[in-house]
Amino acid sequence: MRFVLDEDQRDFAAALESLLAASDTVAVARAWADGDHEPGRKLWGRLAELGVTSLATEATPVEVALAFEALGRYAVPGPWVESAAYLPTALGREVDGIATLALPPHVPYALDADVADEVYVGSTPGAEVGDRVTSVDRTRHLFRVTGDGETHDDAFDLAVLATSAQLLGAGERVLADAVTYVKQRKQFGREIGSYQAIKHALADVRIALDFARPLVFGAALGEVPASAAKVAAGDAAYLASRTGLQVHGAIGYTQEFDLSLWLTKIRALVTAWGTPAFHRARLLDGLVG
Amino acid sequence: MDLQLSDDELAFQTEAREWLAAHVPAEPLPSLDTAEGFVAHQEWERQLADARWSVVSWPTSYSGREASLVEWVVFEEEYYRAGAPGRVSQNGIFLLAPIIFDHGTPEQQDRFLPTMATGERIWAQCWSEPEAGSDLASLRSTARRDDERGGWVLNGQKTWSSRASFAHWGFGLFRSDPDAQRHAGLTYFLFPLDADGITVRPIAQLDGEAGFAEVFFEDVFVPDSDVLGAPGDGWRVAMSTAGNERGLSLRSPGRFCAAADRLVELYGERPDPAFADGVVDAWIKAQAYRLYTWGTVTRLAAGGDMGAAGSVNKVFWSELDIALHETALDLLGPEAEVGSRWLDGYTFSLSGPIYAGTNEIQRNIVAERILGLPREPKGAQR
Repeated sequence: MRFVLDEDQRDFAAALESLLAASDTVAVARAWADGDHEPGRKLWGRLAELGVTSLATEATPVEVALAFEALGRYAVPGPWVESAAYLPTALGREVDGIATLALPPHVPYALDADVADEVYVGSTPGAEVGDRVTSVDRTRHLFRVTGDGETHDDAFDLAVLATSAQLLGAGERVLADAVTYVKQRKQFGREIGSYQAIKHALADVRIALDFARPLVFGAALGEVPASAAKVAAGDAAYLASRTGLQVHGAIGYTQEFDLSLWLTKIRALVTAWGTPAFHRARLLDGLVG
Repeated sequence: MDLQLSDDELAFQTEAREWLAAHVPAEPLPSLDTAEGFVAHQEWERQLADARWSVVSWPTSYSGREASLVEWVVFEEEYYRAGAPGRVSQNGIFLLAPIIFDHGTPEQQDRFLPTMATGERIWAQCWSEPEAGSDLASLRSTARRDDERGGWVLNGQKTWSSRASFAHWGFGLFRSDPDAQRHAGLTYFLFPLDADGITVRPIAQLDGEAGFAEVFFEDVFVPDSDVLGAPGDGWRVAMSTAGNERGLSLRSPGRFCAAADRLVELYGERPDPAFADGVVDAWIKAQAYRLYTWGTVTRLAAGGDMGAAGSVNKVFWSELDIALHETALDLLGPEAEVGSRWLDGYTFSLSGPIYAGTNEIQRNIVAERILGLPREPKGAQR
């Protein structure tokens, strides 16, 4: 019984961390949002070299969760859940290049279909790509697609797990940035982080994330359904985003301030790959029968 | 990363499960905060001790099994799953015993641990005072040196002392150096509650039962042999108790997992979709607590300590406990106000965010010691 990362897993997480920390992922995400995919494609290639796109077929869900937590922490844009979690599991092989899919009703649009080399509906390739719709997250370019395809249950669960891990990473990032900010910002002659109103709000975020993490990794080990991880990580990350915005005040409400990347991403991911209501109902069905 | 139990741990689990299945009383015992229930729970402790299940993590020389942390959590899971009685000996075995093991003399260990393990002597904790609650270090009860008799003379008042209404001995902090400020000059004392000069006045709690009491000290003599740790070092000694109380030892995950499973059963009997989310969230959080605990156990087993993470833990379980019981009462509808196990559990859960350091104090600790936020300027000192 050892519910901590082993040495290989820690090394992998550290390698991802150092790659992403050196990649100016904020600039990558902003370019992606504006339709310039070049920096994002380059980053995709470097992450693929590190093995991120082959984890679903060659590693365990723990490594998948680790990778997606890092992608969330750095707001890396692109159809990662689709290419590195769902499709390789559903197809039983690593995906060539960048692929995406729609999977109605839970995934009604294909993410970044304009960049993808292949667009699926479920496991069926060759979907016809239609109009673009606008996401709350400017880095998520959503497209209507037509086609038919079945849901692959294991693939869906891995996608749910990956999304949960992304939410966890995004929530951690927002908390870290909020803590940094409230230690610098002074009002009434004191750092605002010395006021209990601020402290208690951020402590609640710390607590929510601390208890979402074991569900994400517990789900990766098959101890709890992925739905439990999605509900908890979604709730925790959303609390982080609301609290992070509130303690930043007006500057947090601007698109220019980088916090906006995570605030909008968290809002999008909370309902992506199954809404909280869907996952709660699914869990309850499993419990009550 | 894995959550597999070893063969030895599985064997331990089976042994505990089988013993509990054969011995847990079919009918719940009367409340341990009544005279009748207190004795019934002491008798249960005796039964546990006879089979060496009362203090599994203690050394075998003191009736334990030298259980590892993993085995301890496994035992607690089995204990609550079996619906076994609450632990009337909890203050002693979980809060005081770790301190006696760490700071007690061999003579004190031999004198106090055996009757603690059997439940023969039940301990009350005497921390809070009327003017010292969250700000415990401002306590005013005094210990005056008596060289002639070789000990100390206690005066003052403690309150909200858990189990004191029926317990036999108490433990608490007293100011032994009147010139020292706050955390300095405090000494940790052990004392029989029937000593000359001690008056115990039970206090009826929200549910009407005398779960705690006021304890008055009027020139109570305590010999040097009943001082725990060095005189003046009481704060440091006591804080190892506080860490235990907030952390692992008081609230094992088994308790919440068992309650969440019963909540799911209740929902199965009275499925009201209006409260479905509350049921699912209670189950998710109980699982989160279970898994989080395995992470903590892994860290502790590798030589780490709880540190401020005990505060993260305490806020989470105390709020989970209330939410879980509120949902059960929601499901019971108009029956909710009628006496039931759920109502008892609910009333008990309401004390969780208050005792062992209020959740406001815990959030300060999380913010200052984990997030590194600046300390709030303190009010004027006495």
